[in-house]
Amino acid sequence: MRLKQVSVFVENEPGRLEAILEVLEGAKISIRALSVSDTAEFGIVRMILDKPEEGLQALRQAEFTTRVDWMLSAQIPDVPGGLLNSVAKPMAKAGINIKYFYAYIGHAGEDKAMVVLKTNDIEKAEEILKSLSVD
Amino acid sequence: MIRDPENESMPRERLERLQLERLRAKVGEVYERVPFYRRTLKEKGVTPDDIQSLADLRKLPFTSKLDFRDNYPFGLMAVPMEQVVRIHSSSGTTGKPIIAPYTRHDVDTWAEIMARTLTSAGTTENDVLQNAYGYGLFTGGLGFHHGAELLGATVIPTSTGNTKRQILMIQDLGTTVITCTPSYAITLHEAAREMGVDLRDTTLRLGIHGAEPWSEKMREDIEDRLGIIAINVYGLTEVIGPGVSVECPYKCGMHIWEDHFLAEVINPETGEQLPYGEEGELVITTLTKEAQPVIRFRTRDIISLNPEPCDCGRTMVRMSRLTGRSDDMLIVRGVNVFPSQIESVLLEVEGVEPHYLIVVDRQHAFKTDELEIWVEVSDEVFSDEMGKMENLEKRLRSEMDSVLGIAARIKLVEPRTIARTEGKAKRVVDRSEL
Repeated sequence: MRLKQVSVFVENEPGRLEAILEVLEGAKISIRALSVSDTAEFGIVRMILDKPEEGLQALRQAEFTTRVDWMLSAQIPDVPGGLLNSVAKPMAKAGINIKYFYAYIGHAGEDKAMVVLKTNDIEKAEEILKSLSVD
Repeated sequence: MIRDPENESMPRERLERLQLERLRAKVGEVYERVPFYRRTLKEKGVTPDDIQSLADLRKLPFTSKLDFRDNYPFGLMAVPMEQVVRIHSSSGTTGKPIIAPYTRHDVDTWAEIMARTLTSAGTTENDVLQNAYGYGLFTGGLGFHHGAELLGATVIPTSTGNTKRQILMIQDLGTTVITCTPSYAITLHEAAREMGVDLRDTTLRLGIHGAEPWSEKMREDIEDRLGIIAINVYGLTEVIGPGVSVECPYKCGMHIWEDHFLAEVINPETGEQLPYGEEGELVITTLTKEAQPVIRFRTRDIISLNPEPCDCGRTMVRMSRLTGRSDDMLIVRGVNVFPSQIESVLLEVEGVEPHYLIVVDRQHAFKTDELEIWVEVSDEVFSDEMGKMENLEKRLRSEMDSVLGIAARIKLVEPRTIARTEGKAKRVVDRSEL
């Protein structure tokens, strides 16, 4: 499934993540998944929100630097090798580069885990996930 | 090649006699015709008769950019409008544009000076010269155009912009000389590379660059990337436009055309004249300009003058490479750094808003060892991929290094970090203020 990810640029300083979360709380937006990638100076906060457009608007109003990207979600079996066999192996075999991925609180059953991933070829990656019925 | 050896290589004694003669005539003229000069001379208790030697120049009052603004648009003009054949203008740093009127004679003199300038840079009548300075109100376009035509070169008036077409023209029309700002030369290289064109393989052999401060390192970059000789040229709208001074092929300073422009260097704080060799603010008095002569114009450009005869045979004094304006200069590890240079890099790196802050550790007045530049990250350049953000940082760092001639630390910051102020933004802060 395709999902919209909202990314925010933050300086690596105390209180910045808090500021983002306060904006989202104020707009009554819930975070479904979150990943932070950082250097010593700055970070990129990537989020899957229950209401991405509203969240984006609230963050922009608060003068954050933001962007939106399409991501793919995959529901994978919650067993050893699940991620390997349902995502990593088939993508590698198809020559698709996974740029990054992180875990996602979806509404899957107890025996499933969810991840969101960004690849260099969303169309092809989507087909692969569909063919494996993990989309 | 020297276009006008009689004037360009005149013994300095004879040159000084000519300068004094012209200065006295010009001061008399403006005293009589321009109320502004009559007033400022009277305020200093000076009359034209007090100018008996070139040393008396220091008795005369300065003219500043502010005086141009206060006397906008025609308050500094010395001839009736019927005699004016053209008006140029520049944006001016203080809000109102600088108005530059020219008589027929001024236009002809300017073309001759520009033909001299182009020849000094190495252009001949056999060259195909592509003029990528802006045509219109800006003095750059038409200034180079008329000089090149008078010289007899073939002129392609491309003006600025449409970079792909510029490259096409270079390839198809056999351009040998490109005239443009140094940053545009870099832009040409980048666009050419994207098109799969190596400018080093074209007929291009010479670049004449000015209108913004650039470093020796940037010259090396341009020469290397375009496969040309890059020559530095200098001018000011208030004085005449391009053609006040230019390098010769020895690239050891820009020869000021002293038969037309009298140059001095002053201490920008005290206004005191400085001896040759010392760094200070360049002050220019026009000796031949008719429509709008200017007396002791404070350029705000920091340079030094070298009167030693040059290997090229010219006797005209050489001014050092110009690095920027006196009002906002910083000295970092002995290198002069100007906010305008930093701005030009940010504008070049597409999408980066020119909101930046220079953070210095200014314990010793304006001297500092560390240069840190904070750059705001806009939505346009922001990426969710760390690699791309690191590349942006890297690219900014290397372009800054190239333009400034020293390494700077780049810090990417959120838009809220740099305070917005009304009017002119504060661009330099001391670390202790943060």
